[in-house]
Parts: sequence; C-alpha cells; structure tokens
Amino acid sequence: MVDDSANVRVGKGTVFVKAEICKGCAYCIEFCPADCLRFSRNYNAKGYHYPVLARPELCVGCNTCGQFCPDFAIFGMRYKDIDALKAERDEPASRSGDEAQGGKS
Amino acid sequence: MKASPEGVLTGVHFIDGDHAACEGALAAGCRFVSGYPITPSTEIVERFASRIPTVGGMFIQMEDELASSIAILGAAWGGRKVMTVTSGPGLSLMMEHIGLAVITEVPCVIVDVQRGGPSTGLPTLPGQADMMQVKWGSHGDYEIIALAPSSPQECFDLMIKAFNMAETWRCPVFFMMDEAVGHMVERVEIPPADQIEVVERRWTKKAPADYLPYEPGPDLVPDMVKAGDGYHIHITGLTHDERGYPALNCAAQDKLVRRLSDKILKNADKMVDVREDGCDDADIIVISYGITSRVADEAVEEARARGLKVGSARLVVCWPFPDSVIERFARTAKAIVVPELNLGQMVREVRRVVSGVPVFGVDHAGGAVHEPERILEVIMQAASEAGLENGGRS
Amino acid sequence: MNLNEIMVSETSGETVEETRVAPIENPVLKLMRKDRMPHIWCPGCGIGTAVNCLSRALDSSGLDLDKVSIVSGIGCSGRVAGYMDLDSFHTTHGRAIPFATGLLLSNPELKVIVFSGDGDLFAIGGNHFLHAARRNQDMLVVCVNNYTYGMTGGQVAPTTPLKSTQSTMPYGNFEEPLNLPQLAEAAGATYVARWTVFHVRQLVKAIKEGLEHKGFAFIEILSPCPTLYLRRNKLGDGVDQVRYFKEHSVLKNGAETREVALKAACPISVGKFVERQAPCWTDVRNAQLSAALGERFASSGGKHGGN
Repeated sequence: MVDDSANVRVGKGTVFVKAEICKGCAYCIEFCPADCLRFSRNYNAKGYHYPVLARPELCVGCNTCGQFCPDFAIFGMRYKDIDALKAERDEPASRSGDEAQGGKS
Repeated sequence: MKASPEGVLTGVHFIDGDHAACEGALAAGCRFVSGYPITPSTEIVERFASRIPTVGGMFIQMEDELASSIAILGAAWGGRKVMTVTSGPGLSLMMEHIGLAVITEVPCVIVDVQRGGPSTGLPTLPGQADMMQVKWGSHGDYEIIALAPSSPQECFDLMIKAFNMAETWRCPVFFMMDEAVGHMVERVEIPPADQIEVVERRWTKKAPADYLPYEPGPDLVPDMVKAGDGYHIHITGLTHDERGYPALNCAAQDKLVRRLSDKILKNADKMVDVREDGCDDADIIVISYGITSRVADEAVEEARARGLKVGSARLVVCWPFPDSVIERFARTAKAIVVPELNLGQMVREVRRVVSGVPVFGVDHAGGAVHEPERILEVIMQAASEAGLENGGRS
Repeated sequence: MNLNEIMVSETSGETVEETRVAPIENPVLKLMRKDRMPHIWCPGCGIGTAVNCLSRALDSSGLDLDKVSIVSGIGCSGRVAGYMDLDSFHTTHGRAIPFATGLLLSNPELKVIVFSGDGDLFAIGGNHFLHAARRNQDMLVVCVNNYTYGMTGGQVAPTTPLKSTQSTMPYGNFEEPLNLPQLAEAAGATYVARWTVFHVRQLVKAIKEGLEHKGFAFIEILSPCPTLYLRRNKLGDGVDQVRYFKEHSVLKNGAETREVALKAACPISVGKFVERQAPCWTDVRNAQLSAALGERFASSGGKHGGN
C-alpha cells in the first residue's frame, strides 16, 4: 500500500512554521480561532518549543496566527491559494517525501 | 556651482551681522531653518522667517532648541541645506544632537551668537566663551568645524563658506559669531548670484542596490542620498557599520569613531584659514578671532608705531585648530599674545601646539570687547619679557 | 524568497512532524530587513505584533513605499526603525517627532510615521508631542504603550499604572499615569485611537486610516512587556496579558477621551475616539502666506539640495 500521507490534505488550509526563529510566546496557539495549534514536544536550538498543527483537519488557513506572531515565525495559507500560486508558477510537483507539497485532496 | 539667484539679495546694504548672516545662508542655498528665539541671535531667524516665503523654502519656530537642532537633521535627510541659530544656553541644549549630526554625518550649519555666560549670563552683551564647548560639549570623541566672522560682511561671506564646508565634509559646521558682530551695523556688499560659488551636496551616483550610506570615499567622506529616492537607508545614532546598521562592538566603534575624527583632522590642511598680517618676521604675534580681532588690530597698530615687530593672525577657521600655522609662528616669534573674550580658551590650544615660546593670554570675563590699551599692555609686557626694547631688536 | 526553505508544520497522531516547503515566505517579511532578522524583542513582547500589523497595513495601503519614512526614538519600540525596509531613522530619545517634522516639511512627497514607546513619546518627548499635535503636523504617531521603560530594565514611566512596581518605584508607583488619548486630543490631534496587540485586524485598519489621515494621527497600542513589567508585577507571560486585553477590552468608538483613562479593574476602552478633518500645518501655512504675499509667495517645495 502506498503511503500517501504526505499528499493527503485534511483541512482547508495549513501553516508554515520556521521552528528556529520561534520564541515560544504562544500567541498563535492561544488565539487560533480553530484551536488547532499546540506546542511541539521538541524545541529549537534556543530552547523554545514551537507550534505545530496538532489538528490539521481544523485549519482553514485564516492566518490569524500569522497576524499575531511577533517574530514572523508562523503564517497560514488556504490550500486554494497555495494551489493557485503553484498553478501560476507551473511547477512540476516533486513526489519525494520531504520536499513534496501536499497533493490534491 | 553658482548660487541660486532667488536667495541672493544682490546690492549694497547697511545691516547688522545677524541680518547679514541670514542673507549669507540664503545665498548659500539654505532652504530650511528651524529655530527658537534667543538673544542675541533672534534677528537671524526673524529675518529668515520673513524672507523665506518669497525665496521658497521653510522656516518653523520649534518649541525649544532640542527640537530645532534635530528638525534640521530631518530636513537634511529630506534633501535641504539646513541651519539653526542660537546662543550659549541654547547651544547647551543642542549638545546631544550635535553628537547625532556628527555620527550620522549630516551637513548642517549651527550658528552660535555668543553672549556672556555661563547660564543665563549676559544675554545682550558679547562673549567668546563657547569656543571650547562647541568642540567638546557633546559626549564622546568627535571633531567639528567652526568659523568665526569678525564683521557683518564676513557674516555674509563666511556663512557661504560654512555651508560649503558642511557639504564638502558632511558634518556640522559651527558659525561662532558674538553679540558685538551680530549687532554691529556695517556696510555689507552682496554680489550677484553668478559670482557666488556654492558646493552641491555629494549625491551618490550609485544605485540603491550598491549604495552604502557610510562607505567613505578616498577623502573619508561618504556620499549622501535623501529620503524618498528608493534607497531605504537606515540611519542611527548607535555605532554603526557601513550599511548604517547598529554594530555594537569594539571593532566597529574603533573603525567608525576614528574615521569620523580623521575625516576632519586628516583633511585639516584643506580647511586652514588664518588671515595673517606681518607674521613672517614678527617678534610678537597676536592671535585672535571674531570681534576681538577688530580690537587687537588697533593694539597691534599702536605697538608697531612704537617700533615693535608685531604680526597679527586672525583665525577664521578655529576648529580644526590650525596646528601647522601656529607651529610655524612658534619657530620665528619670540612671544605670542592671545586676546579673547573668555578666561582663556583658544589660548589653551595655542599652548598645546607651541613649546619654548611664551604665550600670553589676554582674558576677559565677557560683557564688552577688550580695551585696545589692555591688549597693548600685554603686547608690551611680552616684548619686555622677551628682552625686546622699544624700537625693535638690534 | 527561498522556496526551498524547510518548515515544520504538521504533526500526526504519533507526533511525527513533517517538513514542508512553503510556496512563499511569510508575507509580513516583505517590509522587513531580512538581513537583520531575528529581532531583539523578548518572547511575548507585543512590539513584534505591532510591527506585524504595521507591515501588513503598509503592504495593503497602496502607498509608494519609497516615499514612506519611519522615525523612531530610543527604547525597545525605538528599534522598529532598524527592522523596517524603508527609509528609517533611529534618532535621539524623545526627539523622533521633531526630526520627523523636519523631514516631512523638507519634502512634501514623503509620508512620515513616528513609531516609538510611551516613555520616549510622553516623558522626555512630551513637549514635542504636544506641539506637533497642536500644529496638526501631517504625520502618524504610533505609540506602543507597555507601561514601562523596557530597554533600560523596567523603570516607571508616565503610563505605569498606580501601585504597580517598577525598578525606580520599588515600593509601588504612586504617580498618576497619563491618559494618552485625552492628552492627544487636548493638544490638537485630529485622529486618536487606542487598540491593544490583541486587536490585530483592527490595528491594520487603524494604521491605514492613520496613514490616509491628513493631519496629526495618534494610535496608542497597549502591549505586554513580559520580561520587566509583567514579571515584576507577577502578571504572567505576554500571552496572559494579551488574553487579558481580549477579555477586558470594550469597543467605544467615539468615546470622550477623558473617560478612557486606564484604571485598575476597569474595562479597557478601545476604538477610534477622535477623527476630524482640519487643515494640517503645511496647508495652513501655505494658505496664510499665499494670502499675505500673493504672487510673491514661493512655496516650500523645492529642488533637492536646497539649490
């Protein structure tokens, strides 16, 4: 069976986090309207826990997290907009694990 | 390049030094002044306020000297030639922004019409006691340029020089007037605009991607830009690197502060302006500046009439101090006399440079110009102590 | 824009984190000096959020960003100028406003924003704020009010609430704090608003309104200082303070500014309190001089270099 978990989309949007610059302030987690972010159990080189999308199915890509973040470490996007961007650039989608953007849901 | 005609009030005028200084600034291309009233300088900004609306430019009376001294820096970054005007107490308030102008290398002219001090002192009477303050008053290590006019005509002529030096060296230039020069009324001749040379700001020719605001040229001066042209400069009073970004470490401090000092000191030979008369073979040289030179001239004339070989040297550019000229004097003169309207300020610089030649100060606590007899007295005393008889040496 | 930047984003039930490539970088970074990131502000400091709002407001304002200048004073909020990719000026303590005055009067094409802190703008800078507001100078002044002097280690400020402790009021502040919107309106500001860093969407709108406003616009942004103000007063982390803002803010557009003072255990009035049209200093000056001098009046706009 093909493990297509990398290509499966569950919510309407997703977030991108630069773990290394996050300072663990928790604004995004606190104010996410869908309450879908949590702190990772991991931490970055500075010792801060960073957010991860714990309940990806609830994320709608509203970018409230990105509007709060004082460090510009997180932002959200709707899959609709991600797809539109990719279509504009006409990128051939790579299917290898770590680099793949999630495929069509 | 030639001065812009709309700012040049060509003709023969009978005006005081303050008014002449204002006309000098306008002729030089000054189009932004922010100021605050303070005796005896107020007439400069009053005249500017009434002249600038027909010349084209801006005057704003700010709420204090702190605001005036930084508004000009903002206006300089907006692209204007700028000036503020004050006297001793106001200059004291401007100290922090002098440092900011030095470290951010902003061309500007700051006029100090000196009066009796310290503190409120003698608002309507002359002094020359801010000469050291203007060089050392702000915190940190730095160099500045300072000019001292001695007549209303010079208030016009040297003001143009002050603006030109500010643009050439991208630094604050001080115009050290005094109440006597500021309020004396004399003939001032203003030539046609095409006979006045002004120095344009050193606008960079580089594109935004290549331009660094603090990358010095071979003369140690960086080229300049103005806000709004797409350069997205960052200008800070913090110690910074060539990009203008804060760099808070010893290496950056050493590099920046030394270059800023060297920018003035290593170019000092190009800035020397000492007006000499009969110094080459003089036994006694009288060194003075500003209004005191007018009085000293009379004392020198009388001393010469008594047979002494006396030279007079008038410092037009007082800072950077003309070490080379004073050293030359010390090689041939037997004594040096330094009259000034303070308890001994520039005389300290003379003493610093000179060794083996006696230096006599002629001090004055301020409030009036010297009596020429007093300066003459010291010249005669210097002559006597140097073993010079009346009638000159054999 | 590094499309190959790896970012951590998802976790599955087994806490396996996946890395994905973002299609674009964070849009907020468009206006930041990326070569100076990360910034110096503490974890949970609200200044970052305020800058986030400023960045998004500028990005969507339609303004020519080459003509926008930002001026700040000294302090944590004063560091904003250094991070924005605009013509930016980090000036002396309390004097951002007069610098900005000189800048905007020297070149009428420029749009000038002053971004600074409560101590910088209202203690040492109070006089300058007063007169720029009185003159209705055409600038936007954004004040991040964190009730303290953060950069120097948390001293009492003119906005510090009564009874709270700061390093120079170690036994509790006994000085009445200023009501900034009231002061701004009394001085003559023609746009006055207060929001908190919780109000991220409203702030973008307010900043855009402030940018479009012709005249003196003032926006107070309440913000946490977790390291100094909150910690010393045992008020939790930044997120706790922002949650407090969320739970205790009351929208009071058009409120009388004398009634919006911040008092303990009282709701925080936020909103746009003052918005009126009045000619700015430059326009009044030009009209007056034009009337007085007729054709002889030469306007201030000039060639650069001061001729």
